[in-house]
Amino acid sequence: MRTSVIVIGAGHTGLAVSYFLRQQGINHVVFERGHVGHSWRTERWDSLRMLTPNWQNRLPGAPYSGTDPDGYMTMTDVAEFLGDYAEQIDAPVRTGVTVTSVRRNGADFQVDTTIGAWTAPAVVIATGACNIPKIPALAKDVPAGITQLTPKDYRNPEQLDDGGVLVVGAAATGAQIAAEVRASGRAVTLAVGEHVRMPRTYRGHDILWWMERSGIWSQRFDQLDDIVRARHLPSPQLVGSTDKVTLDLNYLTDLGVQLAGRLAGISNGVAQFSGSLTNVIALADLKARRLLHTFDEFASSEGLDANLPASETLADTHVPAKPPLARSLTDGAITSIIWATGYTADYSFLDIDVLDHKGQLKHDGGIVTDAPGLYRIGLPVLRRRNSTFVNGAEADAHEITDHLARYLGSNRVSSAAADNELPAYDAVLARSAS
Amino acid sequence: MTTAETAVNNGVDTAYLLGARAALSDAPAAAEFVWRAHGEWSDGTHFKASVKDYFGLGEEQTHLTEHKFETDHPGTFGSKDRAVTPVEYVLVGLGGCLTAGIASVAQNRGIQLKSVKATIEGGMNVLGILGGDPDVRNGFTDVTVNYEIDADASQADIEALVAQSQKRSAVFDIIANPTNITVNTAKVTVDTDSAAEVA
Repeated sequence: MRTSVIVIGAGHTGLAVSYFLRQQGINHVVFERGHVGHSWRTERWDSLRMLTPNWQNRLPGAPYSGTDPDGYMTMTDVAEFLGDYAEQIDAPVRTGVTVTSVRRNGADFQVDTTIGAWTAPAVVIATGACNIPKIPALAKDVPAGITQLTPKDYRNPEQLDDGGVLVVGAAATGAQIAAEVRASGRAVTLAVGEHVRMPRTYRGHDILWWMERSGIWSQRFDQLDDIVRARHLPSPQLVGSTDKVTLDLNYLTDLGVQLAGRLAGISNGVAQFSGSLTNVIALADLKARRLLHTFDEFASSEGLDANLPASETLADTHVPAKPPLARSLTDGAITSIIWATGYTADYSFLDIDVLDHKGQLKHDGGIVTDAPGLYRIGLPVLRRRNSTFVNGAEADAHEITDHLARYLGSNRVSSAAADNELPAYDAVLARSAS
Repeated sequence: MTTAETAVNNGVDTAYLLGARAALSDAPAAAEFVWRAHGEWSDGTHFKASVKDYFGLGEEQTHLTEHKFETDHPGTFGSKDRAVTPVEYVLVGLGGCLTAGIASVAQNRGIQLKSVKATIEGGMNVLGILGGDPDVRNGFTDVTVNYEIDADASQADIEALVAQSQKRSAVFDIIANPTNITVNTAKVTVDTDSAAEVA
């Protein structure tokens, strides 16, 4: 089967690409291994809600229209929201189709799938940024008998036995899981490396309102001083909750979570923590204050101060007097480790030489220059700071499909056959079956 | 603040460093360095060392000149105090590393340094190395660095400089984090000794 563009993945980015391809009249198909929004449905913990408030979850052609603009969607809500969107834009999604290989085939790409081989002059990889949980190499030294989970396996504290839990990583995921596990009564040690501190609200608005309104969120990848750093920033310590709590280290300390430095080694059954906790906290406080100062400057330069509450002062993060440098993993106090140490993208299906020495895709703002016609969307700071957020999909998808349309030129496949043989959209069916 | 528009000069070639970062990111093998010191016991607790060669950028390199170092222990340890203690060398290394980082980051951020003074302290319970208390570790119980910095920047920007320098410091990492150490030993017969015995 041949079509103009094969989009891999029917999450928010793949659907946004589909929207613009349809606008341009470009024939395409969207392959989805599960149902629309598969990862959101099946690979997240129970309590997770979106970090962005509902009003911000815009997709192209679909502003928020619900009744709770300031709330935060649950994962079920997200899957439903994406399913509705796919239906609304009539995206040609083929659900339950796994892509097993993408390779060159003459001027086309050949995409092998569980329903056979397809070809197209262009392919957009929209498989998300969070495919494989990253587990540090030192995990090999964890003593037998300790239960190890990643955020992909973790669902809720009831999964764990009653022993203490070491949560490694203090980005949004680690902070959320540490809080929830501690609230279940278990002793929690949180290993904290570099992290991004953000109050949930500032001067009466959600912090992400400020990120958006001030323009920081739409800063382009080619205008940032240090794109490597920007692309590797941990996700901010945020949680979507009804009471809009600020999930910072002070909040966790107040809950009774023991803070430790970054997990630096495991030796003879002892977890060793870095002595750098004081510095990573100092860095996070400095950067958080700098960010809030930037918001204040934005507010006054835009003349918004009269309509906003006064500037707020961010309290210092309380550093424990003697953060632990070591914890036994054999004395029974800690029985579980949760690796909240980030995710990496999976390119195991890609049989084209476009990966760097760390196995990540080489691209210029989503354009894979070493393989013309190949595109990527939905990676951290792909084209803007908000590239992985729902509201970042529109601008990125727009630009990428524009580039793609120019690349295709007149080389579009008008394969009515492809559309006729397939149900145009079967996600609705799949969704009702789930 | 941009370096292009300001005449900040801390004597650090940040363009070279940023170029090296870009070049080494594309050629990861060249980024593998090996640092070396050679040394020999003198007598008592006195050790004499030298540093000249190292490996980097894919080949053997040498410093412009050979540098010599000595360590010993003070009279409070019953030694002759011919040189600093090894742990004081570690403090010097930490101060040197952090301060080089401050100068580099300041240059990159367009901050002119006027004076940077460091006091580096390491607390230690010597019962550890003396074997007097099995619950006491040998090394530092804590390390404190106090900086006094005069620069054309706000207090917050200066704090950010120092924080960033810690984040990028090799010696800070070496002290703060565990490292696997392998010590190999070979029994050898030194010719001069046997010659002396024969004579």
